[in-house]
Amino acid sequence: MGMVKATKGAANGTPLLRIENLHKKFGELEVLTGVSLEVRRGEKISIIGPSGSGKTTLLRCINYLEKPTSGHIYIEDKLIGEKQTDGGYVHLSDRELANERQEIGFVFQRFNLFPHLTALGNVTIAPQKVLGLSREEAEQRGRKMLEKVGLGHKIGEYPERLSGGQQQRVAIARVLAMQPKLMLFDEATSALDPELIGEVLRVMRQLAEEGSTMVIVTHEIQFAGEVSDRVVFMDEGRIVEQGRPREVLFKPRLPRTREFLKHIQER
Amino acid sequence: MGFWQILEVRGWYFLTTLLGGWPETISVATGALAFALVFGLVIALLRLSRWRILRILAISYIEFFRGTPALVQLFVIYFGFPDAGYQPSPFQAAIIGLGLNGSAYLSEIYRAGIESIHRGQMEAALSLGLTPLRAMQYIVLPQALRTMLPPITNFAIVLLKDTAIVFAVGVVEIMALARNLVTETLQSAAVYLIAGALYLCVTIPMARLAARLERQRQAWQ
Repeated sequence: MGMVKATKGAANGTPLLRIENLHKKFGELEVLTGVSLEVRRGEKISIIGPSGSGKTTLLRCINYLEKPTSGHIYIEDKLIGEKQTDGGYVHLSDRELANERQEIGFVFQRFNLFPHLTALGNVTIAPQKVLGLSREEAEQRGRKMLEKVGLGHKIGEYPERLSGGQQQRVAIARVLAMQPKLMLFDEATSALDPELIGEVLRVMRQLAEEGSTMVIVTHEIQFAGEVSDRVVFMDEGRIVEQGRPREVLFKPRLPRTREFLKHIQER
Repeated sequence: MGFWQILEVRGWYFLTTLLGGWPETISVATGALAFALVFGLVIALLRLSRWRILRILAISYIEFFRGTPALVQLFVIYFGFPDAGYQPSPFQAAIIGLGLNGSAYLSEIYRAGIESIHRGQMEAALSLGLTPLRAMQYIVLPQALRTMLPPITNFAIVLLKDTAIVFAVGVVEIMALARNLVTETLQSAAVYLIAGALYLCVTIPMARLAARLERQRQAWQ
């Protein structure tokens, strides 16, 4: 069924996510220098590039953890983080922004699990407090999501008692419980010991196969090649090359991309 | 009569008389603490607001109440408020005065506690669709509480001792009774020492509690 959803999404014309000429400055430093990107429903996009190229900032702008300096972001043609008035664009209120964010899942490099809550507590807090589910409904959903990421047996554990890989999988379950339209992964495996990376990638691969729309910032080139419909290469705050994984990863057009890939493979 | 003799002969009378002030001392202390726990949090949130004007407001509040004597604040409330058309009772004036004053100190404890929680916690909560206030309520504050509990307990000790100034606006607590006793018997040393001992009976256990909370926190980390 997941595959059907994916195919249908790909056939549908309107992009799920549209980014228009995004700029982001931190003081004098311009981290994003005009990024435009469209992501179709069900599409899997990997963003690669050297550190400092703006990948993470781009991702954080999509759910407005960072306010873009200029440019606009749309989910299903609806502006994110701001609204249009006669006078131009104004920022949304906290509540309006929160409403939009619940549709965008974000998986952090450092998991950011809530240490004072159990695995189940982590997964059920937002469905209860944001979606207004009853405790029973939220826990039922939460259990299902934890089972889905292979942690049905760790429901009552606190984060500090879980391995990094398990913590990241709880973090993914926490996002899934909100049933987001779009999932963002910010170097989800970079903080993990090498032997724990596989279990997280397996879960991500499963989500990809089920047709989730995913934007993945990653250094796992092989993984990017296998799951993505499209690979985007960023450098110095802009997208410099993009295309099918086979093209970008194995036959890159630009010397800069080639250099980066060579560098990363030598690691 | 010498000091020890006086203690022996009148000590019990002094003690039982002063004990009569405990209910009032405790009421003022808990009332002001409750006031400060709530209002201090409001000040702390204003202090951390993204709007500059609110931050300036909070900082001014904190500087004013930390920079002027509590007794002066108490007098302004008790003797000054009637000019503005409101006459607080001595008890009300004491709670408002110590409460406003304590809010300034507590807000800084709150702020330090909130700032000790990693930014990623707030970000994760926001990214799930919680509003900033809800994120504070369910994610940041429960975690910060662990850090804040020992200093809050210490603050409560200071507050309890500070209630000794509210006799000045007519609250009949331990110090007021002590002064009456001294006027009556002229035995300053014995009376005031017993009054001090009464405070110690509560402050020492509280200090022990604070120390234990501190150790527990370290064990968690």
